[in-house]
Amino acid sequence: MRFSALRVFAEAIRGHKGWKPLWRNPDPQPAYDYVIVGGGGHGLATAYYLANTFRQSRIAVLEKGWLGSGNIGRNTTIIRSNYLLPGNEPFYEFSMKLWEGLEQAFNFNAMVSQRGILNLFHSDGQRDAYRRRGNAMLLAGADAELLDREQVRAMAPFLNFDNARFPIKGGLLQRRAGTARHDGVAWGYARGADMAGVDLIQNCEVTGFRIEGGRIRGVETSRGPIAAGKVGVAVAGSSSRVMAAAGLRLPIESHVLQAFVSEGLKPTIPGVITFGAGHFYVSQSDKGGLVFGGDPDGYNSYAQRGNLPVVEDVAESGMALMPMIGRARLLRIWGGIMDMSMDGSPIIDRTPVEGLYLNAGWCYGGFKATPASGYAFAHLMATDTPHDTARFYRLDRFARGHVIDEKGVGPTPNLH
Amino acid sequence: MLIPHPLLGPRDAQEFTYLGDARLIARPDGMAEGAEAAFAEYVYLRDNPAGVHRELWFHEQGDRSWLIVTRDTVTHRILGAELARDVKLKGGAA
Ligand SMILES: Cc1cc2nc3c(=O)[nH]c(=O)nc-3n(C[C@H](O)[C@H](O)[C@H](O)COP(=O)(O)OP(=O)(O)OC[C@H]3O[C@@H](n4cnc5c(N)ncnc54)[C@H](O)[C@@H]3O)c2cc1C
Repeated sequence: MRFSALRVFAEAIRGHKGWKPLWRNPDPQPAYDYVIVGGGGHGLATAYYLANTFRQSRIAVLEKGWLGSGNIGRNTTIIRSNYLLPGNEPFYEFSMKLWEGLEQAFNFNAMVSQRGILNLFHSDGQRDAYRRRGNAMLLAGADAELLDREQVRAMAPFLNFDNARFPIKGGLLQRRAGTARHDGVAWGYARGADMAGVDLIQNCEVTGFRIEGGRIRGVETSRGPIAAGKVGVAVAGSSSRVMAAAGLRLPIESHVLQAFVSEGLKPTIPGVITFGAGHFYVSQSDKGGLVFGGDPDGYNSYAQRGNLPVVEDVAESGMALMPMIGRARLLRIWGGIMDMSMDGSPIIDRTPVEGLYLNAGWCYGGFKATPASGYAFAHLMATDTPHDTARFYRLDRFARGHVIDEKGVGPTPNLH
Repeated sequence: MLIPHPLLGPRDAQEFTYLGDARLIARPDGMAEGAEAAFAEYVYLRDNPAGVHRELWFHEQGDRSWLIVTRDTVTHRILGAELARDVKLKGGAA
């Protein structure tokens, strides 16, 4: 079933009786060539590209809950490619380019909206750091513009420009950045994978691995054993738990990050805006709610909910940046469990177990990476060579001292 | 979260900063055979359990002691707290 304007029109006439479920709900087969563990954004995108781009078959995605029940359905939907380091920026720019063609490619409305991201700076030193970042972005083929204070004021007159401690001096703008509908992304990839023959198996938790002579043979699941030629794990916040079953300890801690949505308001925030003096970022959803967030809570957690001190911190930062936010009522708060890596950058690599692959360490930035992560992971699993833009995301980079530490804070996951 | 400080009684977790897995108090011997691998593991690898976790908290805005707090990472329930110093002197194993 392809979506088109004509189709919508025809269905409207027929009382919308012809729409079908977006994917099948198959029972697991006894064996597959490829098993992807985790039906979040990255797992679904991996299956989609394995089937459609790399022309592989006999693929299953095993998801312990329902598709998109993890972080893909919990994030604040920001997509951008404004990284500094050469290990990161080409990868995220590759992802940005995939976002730009995504909806046409998988024939689904993911509401990709390039409304721009504006990173504010508040001091001369910070301006220099952002200028450098902007140049690194340009070198990798992304777009970046340095705005002065008056240009920022023209875009967002409601900001507090004269905060006594953190006056706004300007901002780094990436116009091609923006937001996408997070659930729509999961559904689009799921549907595209299903149409290419991938079995999407829900309520199927992977509880162990079958490893013989150092080689993967399959997985144990809550719905029985499933044999597999290759297994790719993309379970975000559960990475350490799942990989422990294969005898691996990871350079990862699981932490909770909270997000916030206000009541629906008239359009007021142009794009995404981030505060440079505290951790606070805000955008406005198409329904009108202000979507915002800040720092993770800062301690290991698997609870999918945070505590009040961070709520207070985020609210204070919001008030410092745009005092008018104090008039909006908060509608919802929630949390998601993130796989915080030791250098703040992800891992897309083989593991010591032959045929077992790992996609993890996305911290709170993995949504924007969804297309490139799926593509690069599929590339690695299908060809056994890393995709060019993901070749630095090695599991052994920590022991080798080749960390990719954007913030320069060292092995302290709660600070990345 | 309230942390039951062994000397000061229950204190708001906001007074503390968090470091992570309490195994960090068992620093490997830098002169020993295989120290490089031992340090890579010590610095970067974590058990990261869902459930009971022993972890280091620093009472930065209090008496500046390091505590080992036992906490459930699934419920955030705090099960106990000891002075890291005491644990180390008792034999070092976290
Ligand atoms: C509050 C919040 C805000 C965020 N904001 C942004 C943002 O603005 N921009 C951005 O780029 N990123 C953001 N992120 C990060 C982003 O959401 C994640 O990095 C990304 O979604 C992780 O990849 P995923 O979609 O595959 O994860 P998930 O959707 O979590 O997928 C993992 C799946 O694995 C399943 N699973 C776990 N264990 C098993 C098992 N044993 N067997 C089978 N299945 C299993 C889970 O049920 C889950 O569905 C945010 C995260 C949070 C929590």
